Amino acid sequence: MAVQDNQPAALDPAAPMFKPNVSGRYKLDRIFAALAWGATAIAIAVLVWLILTILIDGLGSLDWQFITSFPSRKAERAGILPALVGTLWIMGVVAFVSFPLGVGAGLFLEEFAEDNWFTQLVEINISNLAGVPSIIYGLLGLAAFVRLFESVTNGRTILSGGLTLVLLILPVIIVATREAFRAVPDSLRWAGYALGATKWEVIWNHVLPSALPGIMTGMILALSRAIGETAPLIAIGAAAFIPFLPEGLQSQFTVLPIQIYNWVGRPQAEFHDIAASGIIVLMAVLLTMNGVAVYIRNRFQKTR
Amino acid sequence: MHFANVPARLRLLSLLTALSVGVVACGGSTGGDGGSASGGEGTGVSGDVQIDGSSTVFPISEAMAEEFGLANPATRVTVGVSGSGGGFKKFCAGEIDISNASRPIKDKEIKLCADAGIDFIEVPIAFDGLTIVANPANDWASCLSVDQLNAMWKPEAEGTVDNWSQADASFPDLPLALYGPGTDSGTFDYFTDEVNGEEGASRGDYTASEDDNVIVQGVQNDEGALGYFGYAYYEENKDSLKAVEIENEAGDCVAPSTETIADGSYNPMSRPLFFYVAKKAYDEKPQVKAFVDYQLDPANGGLIDEAGYVALPEDALGRAKARITDGKLGSSPKDI
Repeated sequence: MAVQDNQPAALDPAAPMFKPNVSGRYKLDRIFAALAWGATAIAIAVLVWLILTILIDGLGSLDWQFITSFPSRKAERAGILPALVGTLWIMGVVAFVSFPLGVGAGLFLEEFAEDNWFTQLVEINISNLAGVPSIIYGLLGLAAFVRLFESVTNGRTILSGGLTLVLLILPVIIVATREAFRAVPDSLRWAGYALGATKWEVIWNHVLPSALPGIMTGMILALSRAIGETAPLIAIGAAAFIPFLPEGLQSQFTVLPIQIYNWVGRPQAEFHDIAASGIIVLMAVLLTMNGVAVYIRNRFQKTR
Repeated sequence: MHFANVPARLRLLSLLTALSVGVVACGGSTGGDGGSASGGEGTGVSGDVQIDGSSTVFPISEAMAEEFGLANPATRVTVGVSGSGGGFKKFCAGEIDISNASRPIKDKEIKLCADAGIDFIEVPIAFDGLTIVANPANDWASCLSVDQLNAMWKPEAEGTVDNWSQADASFPDLPLALYGPGTDSGTFDYFTDEVNGEEGASRGDYTASEDDNVIVQGVQNDEGALGYFGYAYYEENKDSLKAVEIENEAGDCVAPSTETIADGSYNPMSRPLFFYVAKKAYDEKPQVKAFVDYQLDPANGGLIDEAGYVALPEDALGRAKARITDGKLGSSPKDI
C-alpha cells in the first residue's frame, strides 16, 4: 500500500519496508480469540440457564407416575404418556417417509439431473420452502392429508400428522443431502467409471456411503425440528386431551409439544411445573433420537 | 433367507421394512368409530366423541372428558384446541361432534354450517368474568366505566392516548401500558365488542399475547399497566394483581367474583362460554348424547368451578337443558 504511492522511498535501504509490529498483531489475535470465546460462552450460558430453570421447575414433579399416566385436570394426577407415545409414533412415520424421499430427491438433483432452467427452478423453490412458516404446512396438511386423502389417512390421525411434518422437513433434508453429495470428490466417481462400474454402482457403492455421514447430520437437524413442532399439528387438528394410546397409523394422537404448550398456558402454577417436566421428557426423547443417529453416522464413518 | 450371509446394512433395512409393514397392518384394523357396540359400566355407551375449539373452554371439556371417561370406560372422548374459529371450521366440515367456543357463532360460520347441511344446538356451559387488572401499586383506578375503558382502547387512541391522565382528568400523569390477548382470541372479540362497540375494533399498539400468563407478568411488573383476561388467571394471581371494579349498567361499581359473575351484576364483562353440538351426532350417537347430558348435569358443576369458571345458575342451566331436549336449532346467545 504505502509501497505503491511512495516508490522511491521504498528503494531507500534506510527506510524499513516491512514493519513487523509483532505485539500489535498478536494483540489483534487475542482480541479475536476473546470475541470468539465470548460468542461461545454466551450461547452456552443461555443454554445452561435454560436447562437449569427447566430442571429446577420440572424435576420435582417428574417421576414414573408422570410418565405412565394420562392427562388430567388435576396437575398432580396428570401424566404425559399419550403425548410421549404419540411423539414416538409421529417421529417413526417422519423418519421412515422423509429419509427415502429426501435422500432420493437430493440424489436425483445432484447426480442425475441436468443443469437447466427446470432444475434451477426446482432448486430455488426448495431453498425457499425451507423458510416457509410451519403453520402454512399445517394448513396444507389439513387440506391434503386430512380432507383430500381421508380414505387413506382416516382424518386427523398419526399418518396425517406425520406426513405433514415430512413436508415440513423435506427441504432441509434435500438441501443437506445435496451438500453431502457435492462434498464427495469427483475422483471417486471417475475411479469407479474407470473400472467399468455403471452409474448406479458408483452411486450405491461409493458416493452414497461417503455422503451418508453428511446426510445423517441433515436428518438429525431436520428431525430435531420436527419433534418440536406444535403449530402445524394443531392446525391439522391433533387433539390436546387424549385418554387412550394411539393403536396405529390411523389413530388420533397428541404430541409432547402440544401437551406442554397446553400446560404452559394454564393459569395454575402447578401446571407450569409439570410443563417443565414435560420439557425434560421431550429433551430426553430428542437426545436419545439424536444419539441413535450419531451412532449410525459414526458406524458408517468407521467402515469407510 | 440366509441371514448370516446378508450384509449388516441390508439386514437392518429388511428389519425396518418388516417393522413398518407390521405397523401399517396394525393401523388398518383400528379405523372407524365404534358407536353401536355396547359394553362397559355407567350408561353403557361406547365409541368416540370428538371435541375441538376454544382453548378457553378446554379446561372444562378436559375435566368433563376425564370424569366421563372414568365412568364410561368404553368411550373415547378427545378434545382439541384449534381456537373458537378453528373449531367451527372443523365442526361445519362435519369432522367433529362438539365445538367449544368462547363467543357465539358468527354469521359467516352459521352460513358455512348451513351450506354443509349441519344443524347444531347452541348450549351455554359456563360464565367467565372478563377481568380488568392493574398493578397493585395502582391506587387511582379502583373503578372504571366502559367509557373510560373505551377512551383507552378505542382504535382512535392508537398513538395518541399514552398517559393515564388522558383517560380521566383525575388520574395521575403516568405512562399507560396496555396488555391484552391477541386478535385470534374470543376474549379479544368479546372485549372489543363491549368496550368499543364493534367486534375486533381495537387500538393495535398494545402488548398482545396469546398466552395470558405473559399478560399477568407484564401487569405485575409495570406500575402504569392495565390488562384484561379471563377470571381464572386473576384468581390464580390475586396476590400480585389488582382487579379493577367495573361500573355496570345500573351504575354500581362491581368487582369480579364467582357470585357477581353468576348473578349477572358484573356486567357487561361477564360472558357466557358455549359448546355447539351437531344435531345429527346428538341424535344418532348415544355416546355424544350421554356426554352432553353429563356436561349439563348439575352434579358436575363442581368441575366447572375447579377449572376456574362459574357454573350456570339453576334457572339458566334449566334453560340450557331445554335447548337440548327441545332440539332448538341455531344461535340465540342473548337469551341464556
